[in-house]
Amino acid sequence: MDLEYGAEYDAFREEVRQFLEAHGHRAPAGQDRAARPSADAVKWQALLIEHGYTARTIPSEYGGYGAEPDILKSRIIAEEFSRAGIPGGLANQGISMLVPTLLELGTEEQKRRWIEPTLKGEIVWCQGYSEPGAGSDLAALKTSARVEGGEFVINGQKIWTSTAKQADMIFCLVRTEHEAPKHGGISYLIFSMDTPGIEVRPLKTMTGHAEFNETFFTEVRVPVDQIVGERGQGWFVANATLGHERSMLGDPDALENRLQALVNLMREERVGKDRAIDSPVLRDRLAALQAEVAAMKYNGMRILSNSLRGDPGGMAKLIVKLQSCELAHQISALAIDAMGEIGILYHGSPRERARGAWQRNYMFQLGLIIGGGTAQIQRNIIAERGLGMPREPRLPKPAAVERSAVADGRKQETA
Amino acid sequence: MHFGLSEDQRMLRDSVARSLSDNCPLDHVRECAEGEPVFSDKTMSALGELGLPGMMVPEEHGGLGMSLLDAAVVAEQLGYAAAPVPFLATNVLAALALTHAGSREQQADWLPRIARGEPRISVAIAETVEARDGAVVAAHGGGLSGTSLFALDFRGADAFLVADGAGRLHLVPTDAAGLETVALTTIDRTRSVGEVHLQGVAAEPLMADGGVAAARLRCAGRIILAADSLGAGEAMIEKAIDYAGQREQFGRVIGSFQAVKHMCAEMAARHEPCRALVWYAAHAFDAAPDEARLAACHAKSHTGEVHRFVARTSTEVHGGMGFTDLLGLHYWFKRIGFDRQVLGGPEAVRAEAATLQGWTRAA
Repeated sequence: MDLEYGAEYDAFREEVRQFLEAHGHRAPAGQDRAARPSADAVKWQALLIEHGYTARTIPSEYGGYGAEPDILKSRIIAEEFSRAGIPGGLANQGISMLVPTLLELGTEEQKRRWIEPTLKGEIVWCQGYSEPGAGSDLAALKTSARVEGGEFVINGQKIWTSTAKQADMIFCLVRTEHEAPKHGGISYLIFSMDTPGIEVRPLKTMTGHAEFNETFFTEVRVPVDQIVGERGQGWFVANATLGHERSMLGDPDALENRLQALVNLMREERVGKDRAIDSPVLRDRLAALQAEVAAMKYNGMRILSNSLRGDPGGMAKLIVKLQSCELAHQISALAIDAMGEIGILYHGSPRERARGAWQRNYMFQLGLIIGGGTAQIQRNIIAERGLGMPREPRLPKPAAVERSAVADGRKQETA
Repeated sequence: MHFGLSEDQRMLRDSVARSLSDNCPLDHVRECAEGEPVFSDKTMSALGELGLPGMMVPEEHGGLGMSLLDAAVVAEQLGYAAAPVPFLATNVLAALALTHAGSREQQADWLPRIARGEPRISVAIAETVEARDGAVVAAHGGGLSGTSLFALDFRGADAFLVADGAGRLHLVPTDAAGLETVALTTIDRTRSVGEVHLQGVAAEPLMADGGVAAARLRCAGRIILAADSLGAGEAMIEKAIDYAGQREQFGRVIGSFQAVKHMCAEMAARHEPCRALVWYAAHAFDAAPDEARLAACHAKSHTGEVHRFVARTSTEVHGGMGFTDLLGLHYWFKRIGFDRQVLGGPEAVRAEAATLQGWTRAA
């Protein structure tokens, strides 16, 4: 155990702190991930890139800072921004998912054309993966593209396309090889959201907001060179980015900040003359969540330390999405309980706390438990990849399925 | 920066694991635990060959002067094997108490012998967490009177290390006049606890330090119990996965059913972060004592909760067989139950965590 980062890194941390002290006031107030970045946010982003506090390891010829990958420095940046409560660089899907994919699998021309404006916040992307009939079983997607006169012609529907309303571009999975097996028939296309034939309808969720959209494609024509990777390779291209999404959802600093916000809330909320935190029952729940947040924090340090040594992370990493999303949800749940009846105030009501954020988070975090690989899919991954347990036996081909599945179901019910 | 076990600690872990798998397989645990339970001398002497009795004793007194994280590495393996050995009280807690609060004479008298694996010292500090059945020990004019319950590693003790109501520690030899002891029987027959009755016993006090040493012992004890629970939980998860991979029903191994697979995944998902939590708490005990009390509370309470879940879930994965004595799975189930309650169950420990952080109303 050596939790010191060393002199070089201590100096780097000091540098980040000084930057934040000198420039922190220029950061945009509040960051709405669903919207296009404001002018302030774009300026802040440019300043962060210039200093290497975002897009740090992206080569400078593509608009990044061009530093060698250094996990500890990236970690220090995240820690210091989080501690100061100052928003870091833009973290939209274009930056967190498309850019890494292009760097890994894009052509030179694609990299030069798309990465820099994406990093600067000039181009906003949305992700076209899930479909009404293809959620956990993403590879069952049906949105199709045929080739006609040097163009892909796309028809179908995507769902959960956050920021589709504001986006300039979409990275999208479509079925191009109709005869190929499920996973081998998919291609990864990138195209403008202004292309004729695209219709975006907001998808209002239980939070009362439309954080997502449904996106419909009718005879949408896209030049054939706007593909990342080869035709039929889209599944593998997309998997590179799914990995990035999962790591994005488990952020130990975010959990610590939420817990601290909960502690503050419980110290401020009053029940008669008592503070919420004076209730032994609520306090016990708070301490239990704090222990769990601590466990995830140190688990994160363990993953960080392992990755410094080139270790992929194993079980410690596989469990992060499942545990962090659940924990975040429970933190919001306790906040609501600590507020009692105040906890149900919403929609800008008088006496509402934190502009309804606790209820909104409580609901939205349930969405995160479901999205990005449901909790059940996560448990399959943990059991199969992490624990080496056997896979679910494959069902026979569709024609034969229906009868035997029904029969099996009965047999198990009566057993 | 390195968060994890050092190369030496991994070697220690592996050699303890090897020694325990050679000397303390389930059959042997059963031999020790059935009938009139005994500690395993065979296992203790095998661990003695690795120098473990003196691992917490400073080198100047013939020990290895190792850290609490090293001891936690050992404790995890003891939990994994459900080993019936009195390691916690003598080799961790008494060694720490004497090192930090013993007089020169006490240190010279006891520490070299502890390092040689000779004396067994039972530690009676339960009342510094919570007094049950009115137990209390008072020091008065050179004597100790009262009752302390749940003295750890009780059986075969040569002396007791007892905390009085003010948190001061006292050494009481087993043959002291006015001392009576009563063994208590718990679910966990691989451990031993008992009660100590004192009537004006001429005890040998350690230094008066306002309860600092007793608080440190409580903290160390919680971390070691959490590490034990970690190992026992690990064993129960492995056993569940093995069993689910062999047992067939409906023409397939039950581990291929998601209902069973998800039980195992849930155990692993809750268990894995405990490892980093226990490691950190043990590390903090030596490297950041200010943080250690809170970290120890977190480690103790969280492993207590997680491994209760693991213990029952692993048993369920084993179906009816898990409920029988045949597989011996219950030894780990009970070990985890013991680790959870001793030196403060989760609620008591969380209450202490809250107080430490000033969450409780100022009186």
